Amino acid sequence: MQVPAPFEYERATSVDHAIGLLDRLGESARLVAGGHSLLPMMKLRLTDLEYLIDINGLHGELGYVRREGDEVRIGAMTRHRELLESEILAELFPVFMEAEKVIADPIVRNRGTIGGSLCQADPSEDLSAVCGALDAVCVIRGADGERLVPMEEFHVGPYETAVAPGEMLVEVRLPVRPGGCSAFEKVERRVGDWAVVSAAAAVWIDQGAFTDARVGLAAVGGDTVGVGGIAEALRGQRPSEELYTRAGEIAAQSCDPATDARGSAEYKRHLAKELTRRTLRRAVAGTGRA
Amino acid sequence: MTAVEEEKPVGHGRMLRKEDPRFVRGRGRYVDDVQLPGMLHLAILRSPMAHARIVSIDTSAAQAHPKVVAVVTGADLAEKGLAWMPTLSNDVQAVLATDKVRFQGQEVAFVVAEDHYAARDALELIDVEYDMLDPVVDVRSALAQGAPVVRDDLEDKADNHIFDWETGDADAAEAVFAKADVVVTEDIVYPRVHPAPMETCGSVADFDPVEGRLTLWSTTQAPHAHRTLYAMVAGLPEHKIRVIAPDIGGGFGGKVPIYPGYVCSIVASLVVGKPVKWVEDRSENLISTGFARDYIMRGEIAATRDGRILGIRTNVLADHGAFNAQAAPTKYPAGFFGVFTGSYDIEAAHAKLTAVYTNKAPGGVAYACSFRITEAVYLVERIVDCLAHELDVDPVQLRLKNLIKPEQFPYTTKTGWVYDSGDYEPTLREAMRIADYDELRREQAEKRARGELMGIGLSFFTEAVGAGPRKDMDILGLGMADGCELRVHPTGKAVVRLSVQTQGQGHETTFAQIVAEEIGIPVDDIDVVHGDTDQTPFGLGTYGSRSTPVSGAAAALVARKVRDKARIIASGMLEASVADLEWTKGAFSVKGDPERSVTIQEIALRAHGAGDLPEGIEGGLDAQICYNPENLTYPHGAYICVVDIDPGTAQVKVRRFVAVDDCGTRINPMIIEGQVHGGLTDGVGMALMEMISFDEDGNCLGGSLMDYLLPTALEVPEWETGYTVTPSPHHPIGAKGVGESATVGSPPAVVNAVVDALKPFGVRHADMPLTPSRVWEAMNGHAKPSF
Repeated sequence: MQVPAPFEYERATSVDHAIGLLDRLGESARLVAGGHSLLPMMKLRLTDLEYLIDINGLHGELGYVRREGDEVRIGAMTRHRELLESEILAELFPVFMEAEKVIADPIVRNRGTIGGSLCQADPSEDLSAVCGALDAVCVIRGADGERLVPMEEFHVGPYETAVAPGEMLVEVRLPVRPGGCSAFEKVERRVGDWAVVSAAAAVWIDQGAFTDARVGLAAVGGDTVGVGGIAEALRGQRPSEELYTRAGEIAAQSCDPATDARGSAEYKRHLAKELTRRTLRRAVAGTGRA
Repeated sequence: MTAVEEEKPVGHGRMLRKEDPRFVRGRGRYVDDVQLPGMLHLAILRSPMAHARIVSIDTSAAQAHPKVVAVVTGADLAEKGLAWMPTLSNDVQAVLATDKVRFQGQEVAFVVAEDHYAARDALELIDVEYDMLDPVVDVRSALAQGAPVVRDDLEDKADNHIFDWETGDADAAEAVFAKADVVVTEDIVYPRVHPAPMETCGSVADFDPVEGRLTLWSTTQAPHAHRTLYAMVAGLPEHKIRVIAPDIGGGFGGKVPIYPGYVCSIVASLVVGKPVKWVEDRSENLISTGFARDYIMRGEIAATRDGRILGIRTNVLADHGAFNAQAAPTKYPAGFFGVFTGSYDIEAAHAKLTAVYTNKAPGGVAYACSFRITEAVYLVERIVDCLAHELDVDPVQLRLKNLIKPEQFPYTTKTGWVYDSGDYEPTLREAMRIADYDELRREQAEKRARGELMGIGLSFFTEAVGAGPRKDMDILGLGMADGCELRVHPTGKAVVRLSVQTQGQGHETTFAQIVAEEIGIPVDDIDVVHGDTDQTPFGLGTYGSRSTPVSGAAAALVARKVRDKARIIASGMLEASVADLEWTKGAFSVKGDPERSVTIQEIALRAHGAGDLPEGIEGGLDAQICYNPENLTYPHGAYICVVDIDPGTAQVKVRRFVAVDDCGTRINPMIIEGQVHGGLTDGVGMALMEMISFDEDGNCLGGSLMDYLLPTALEVPEWETGYTVTPSPHHPIGAKGVGESATVGSPPAVVNAVVDALKPFGVRHADMPLTPSRVWEAMNGHAKPSF
């Protein structure tokens, strides 16, 4: 049995309580949400935290998916399973359901949260690509109030986010625009494994032409939560296989994958292209249904 | 109520497993469930480096931890002469490193503490100063001039060479290769994998200083052999050692060796005079316990233009890790790899193998490998497919042309193995029938025309299991024969005591069925006792699919011995001569007068009762034997795998898998199917995802189940199984082993299917594991990626 080193534990009773604890305990404290990344790291003794602030009691406050005007708001403590089962997301952003089906396994999905996933900032994590494709905005709260950070600026490096000490991510906002649809594709070596590469695409179409198109990639290195240049290439054009291939080539060029046990850099670059094509193709097909 | 439960057989036949109620209700009792009064907990400090000299170890901070009872280093063990222990291959292995560490994860020190948490915390307080050395990681350069020497502890050791081994006839092979129309050569790697049993290794040692008696609960597949070795190493008298293997959560060969952790727990109990528990965690299991495979093989096959195979030869480089600790019979340093000629009638064969040391964990024989037959079968079934590729013939037709014919059995191979029995073609035809092979080929042709990638892979294997005849086979001098004892109680209930130990194979059912078949006592009235050296006769344990071939024979013969005695007692009861008695399962009756009969239960009561017994017959109805197998048993099988590959992402989907096994007499078909299902899943895992790899510094990259991928139900298809029955002529009930058949036979079927799917890309071979990336590399002309 792998067991963690000694640590202090406190259960937060409100967001303000959690922020107060973070403020007081400083950088030796970590929030634990679903715990499916942090607890294994603690058991492997890969982290030297001294205080664990359990925010699972905040699920009542931060566990929701709701439509507010032209936005969908997702509370940071919303569990993967709730995202998977959300009718609002299934209708407006099918990319969520498609991604959630292949994130880890049911046990992880029952506990893991969207906030935990985004804040862990693992370069192979799928929801960041999804949120990137959907042009999400992250709501970060600290002692001095809230600030909004676009998803593309949320990750500042592998395992690093824009969330400063004493702050926490409380909500993710997704803009709802007409004529949109989205799709997700993932290649993994085995069910439940991290992605070799995954891709999320969202498109918006008006009168048969792209008004916008966004692609987010995971596990390909570099800054690919939102792949630059694709919207510019597609906007105003009518969907076609040539365009998907063009977008795929842009995606392949903008990533910087590394060779590892999940695959060679060349293969991952190939997948960036192939999965971009596939997600765009399916997202476009979905716009007709909506 | 299923049909299975309603029709419980008295003897062989399909029935639910007797042991399952306790497992499905969570009432199994494993080593980690053992709780003893005053028990302490042991944790092991392991090397973070693959190769480094130990400069100093400071344990003072750990010693000062309030819950720590003892901290022990290699130097402490050296004072007691226990720093090194013999391996099962006549090498030595460090219990705790004294001079240097030789693989990442090697045992360096241990802590004994009041609880498991404190023991783990104290490990971080031990300060070890290492002086890093260059590691030997790539086995191909292990023998290069100037390579670092892993085993400088061995006298005069100046290189990393362990042994050379040869089999077959080099000159004869050279002659057939010279005359052959076609010669195909292929480099084939069987990567390092790990059996990764659900239960990791562990032990609880309880030394009683007053009685001088050691009780050891241990995750062992061979309790008797371990007891003898502990007696030899630790200097404790054998009769004062009791080894208990309680329920075991999977072994697959990984629990055959003696690991340093077991020895540490024994030493700890001796030192502190209290029971001490050691249970390794998942990462420790993956990085330090017995790996499997790691053979780099060059295969060559020679044939005539019309597809008659003339010869097979191979050159193998074997990575044995830092200590030669593989568990194989003494005279078989390459295990049973010598059966690499497979199921084919050929003219000549030759193999040469070189084993080397590297800075990796020791092991080599594990993961249901039948002593390296996995490697042998993979080699021959892959190289035969390469030949089919070169000749552009259907791999089924090529095999049909070369299979050993039924009239050739017993068949002596060109490497000296005597296959006991086999009727190969019907088995292959049955697999083709279930799969509808011709229809699959038609579908494939259609799909290829559309640019879709569908592959059909075949493997035909012959296994060699049931080690083994004591004249040929021993482990550290202990002959591979197994005892069995049967006691029939006065009320006709029975207990059969076995030397082999189940790790999930269903022994408590299978062996009760074997005895029931012979003496007619219902299966539920027969208890199987195993896994406790104080309660069972001596024998070498369960691995290499040997339980049914060896102990299964012992169980049948000991039951017949009881039946023979029962016949004499019955003759007295029926006042008839022994020759006039007729046995129908469960009762003797007088020939021609079936009304005059006595049941085995009545005989049992008489055997223990007050009345007179026939002259010369002792009371009781017990018997004991030790069975020395005459030969191995040679099960065989034909497997067909169908895969689809996504041409855009190179992901492989195993769509169908047909497995037709011939393991001779089938004792419990349900248990056989369960074994086969498990082995096939193993095979898909090895073929598609499993590998223990290392970086250039010798860091193990497979140290967790997030990194070392095991297949799940979602990666495997609905298994389609079938069977033929060719009994073993020398086994008392005609049974052959089957536990490892599917693990041995399935990887080549999967790989052959993937390679077949990639035929449009001109691919003839690609190495396991066939991850999407590797398949894509193969499609792009790089079958051997650099990682």
